[in-house]
Amino acid sequence: MSRTRTERLVNLVICLLSTRRFLTAAQIAATVPGYEHDPDDARDHEAFQRKFERDKAELRELGVPLETGTASVFDAEPGYRIARREYALPDIPLEPDEAAAVGIAARLWQHAGLAAAASSGLAKLRAAGVDVDPQATLGLEPMVTVDPAFAPLTAAARDRREVSFDYRVPDRDAPSRRRLQPWGVVCWRGRWYVVGHDLDRAATRCFRLSRVVGAVRVTGQPGGYQPPAGVDLISHVARWSGPVERAGRATVLVTPGRAAGLRRWAVSVTPGGAADRLVLPYADPDSLAGQLVGYGPDVRVLDPPEVREAVIQRLKEIATRHEDLAATGGAR
Amino acid sequence: MTRPAAKGGRASADRLARLLNLVPYLLARPGIEIAEAAGDLGVTERQLREDLELLWVCGLPGYGPGDLIDMAFDGDRVTITYDAGIDRPLRLTPDEALALVVALRMLAETPGVANREAVERALAKIEDAAGDLVTAPVEVRLPADTRRVQELRAAVESGRALRITYYTAARDETTERVVDPLRMLMVGGRAYVEAWCRRAEAVRLFRSDRIDAVTELDEPAVVPPQARPHDLSDGVFRPSPDLPLITLRVGRSERWITEYYPCESVAAGDGDQWLVSLRVTDLAWARRFVLGLGPEVTVVAPVELAEQVRAAAAAALDAYASPVPGPAPAQPAGGPDTAAAPSTDPAMTAGAQ
Repeated sequence: MSRTRTERLVNLVICLLSTRRFLTAAQIAATVPGYEHDPDDARDHEAFQRKFERDKAELRELGVPLETGTASVFDAEPGYRIARREYALPDIPLEPDEAAAVGIAARLWQHAGLAAAASSGLAKLRAAGVDVDPQATLGLEPMVTVDPAFAPLTAAARDRREVSFDYRVPDRDAPSRRRLQPWGVVCWRGRWYVVGHDLDRAATRCFRLSRVVGAVRVTGQPGGYQPPAGVDLISHVARWSGPVERAGRATVLVTPGRAAGLRRWAVSVTPGGAADRLVLPYADPDSLAGQLVGYGPDVRVLDPPEVREAVIQRLKEIATRHEDLAATGGAR
Repeated sequence: MTRPAAKGGRASADRLARLLNLVPYLLARPGIEIAEAAGDLGVTERQLREDLELLWVCGLPGYGPGDLIDMAFDGDRVTITYDAGIDRPLRLTPDEALALVVALRMLAETPGVANREAVERALAKIEDAAGDLVTAPVEVRLPADTRRVQELRAAVESGRALRITYYTAARDETTERVVDPLRMLMVGGRAYVEAWCRRAEAVRLFRSDRIDAVTELDEPAVVPPQARPHDLSDGVFRPSPDLPLITLRVGRSERWITEYYPCESVAAGDGDQWLVSLRVTDLAWARRFVLGLGPEVTVVAPVELAEQVRAAAAAALDAYASPVPGPAPAQPAGGPDTAAAPSTDPAMTAGAQ
């Protein structure tokens, strides 16, 4: 944008902030430098209208709250003004340590669009008189990353608009189209989910953002539904992936010096000559079996029988499958 | 978040935003040095002077001397003497409010973060100022292994070299090493210590839940000048092309690995099988990985790995066929104490997911 256009827009903002009456396009053209034209010349007038439309769009894009109305009941033509109360950032009295925290938060984004939004937000706080210590640190800083579906889904949840998207679950063969009234987005243990009312299942569902394929389509009108009052979004996600209690105990023999990964979480380690004896806590015998099989001949299960049998069964199947391969030279 | 715009359009919108901010910024700091303001606003001094020149010819309708934005220069200092009504910055846009609020929530939820209370106060104030914009329907909950992370943070902040006992999953070994910490960070819900490792003579990321012990040494941490923090914008593990590539045939129940490990390629195979290629740090890790995944996964390449997997499974089966050495397995394991089990160690839970 040329200097003249920037100048015109700054003057337009100042003009519309200073007026209490709605100003029509014609009044604005007669006032703000840069809109001079001959209203009786159709082409000239049309050029002005295009210019003015572009400028209005630019201001709205920046977040300038452009109000439309008529100055009086006798005016047919719409006018414009900016309500100061709507325009101005409210006073945010941040203490120095609070300002430092905001400064740190603003640089955590690894997502380009949100990083830009955070830094322009911070610039506004600075403009409001907040001083931000650029050297401040909180000792431990999270890198904030999001999936591409984050932006459209948070916007849809905020505006309460129905969406649809293609969703891929690894154990299904093809993505399926889902229709959702999103209530909100949740970060749970470093992964992002959207929670809402699934229109096809007619039930509350959560979806992992990394599994959304392609674009999120906004299908509904703003305010199209009302999320349940006081809904606890986290609880819907945590329900699917909560911690497990490891009440079971398995006893295994481990080759000395091997299987460091198991030794770290053994309840007890009894050194022996040919083998060390480890007691391992577990929840699910089958998944424990999977982990133990990973150590091959370095780990041998003594007890309980169900884990031992599961390990032996797995080993047999793995050996058989890879025998064929090794015999035929692999790659199939 | 931002609409794609032509490069020129974006730059112009940025300039307009900057100009609307500049007047209140200077108004709040009478007599500020131009160089300081430029540094603060992230523009060159020259750009800032051009911005001021432009503002100088803007003002209220009438555009006479008393209507235009005015400023006084005193050497290298500037003071706004008339603001023409733009005395406040523009309110936050929904995207700005969301970006700040979500990052602050992330910070507040990070275990072991210093001065959490200030973060929470700041969050409340920003949410308040953003009003309706931030009924931002975003909630954050990170794993709360607070005690361990706090211990580590204190050790990192001590400014001393640390001796750590570290479990390296890639090699399934626990080693002692002396490290010079650079920083602590949280990526994807996990805490890491980034440090110069004297053993590896390189900057390494150490996952907090794999640091089994830490001792502060008497000597100060000295990070060599060539040490650079990792670029983590693409995640913690960025497989380099010189690592061995393995290809697996993966059954339906084990397809989850494509979400947990960066894959080079995923293609449909026969029936419901997928052909998955990924880079691994070494084949010994790959062998444990494949064995651990179980019968639904078969190595396609390299043949060497297929043979290692077969041999390991066969040797393990042989051991089961021979009698147990030493005293018989007796005690059916202790009480319900699970304290020793790191319940969130993905090495432990991976197979279950």
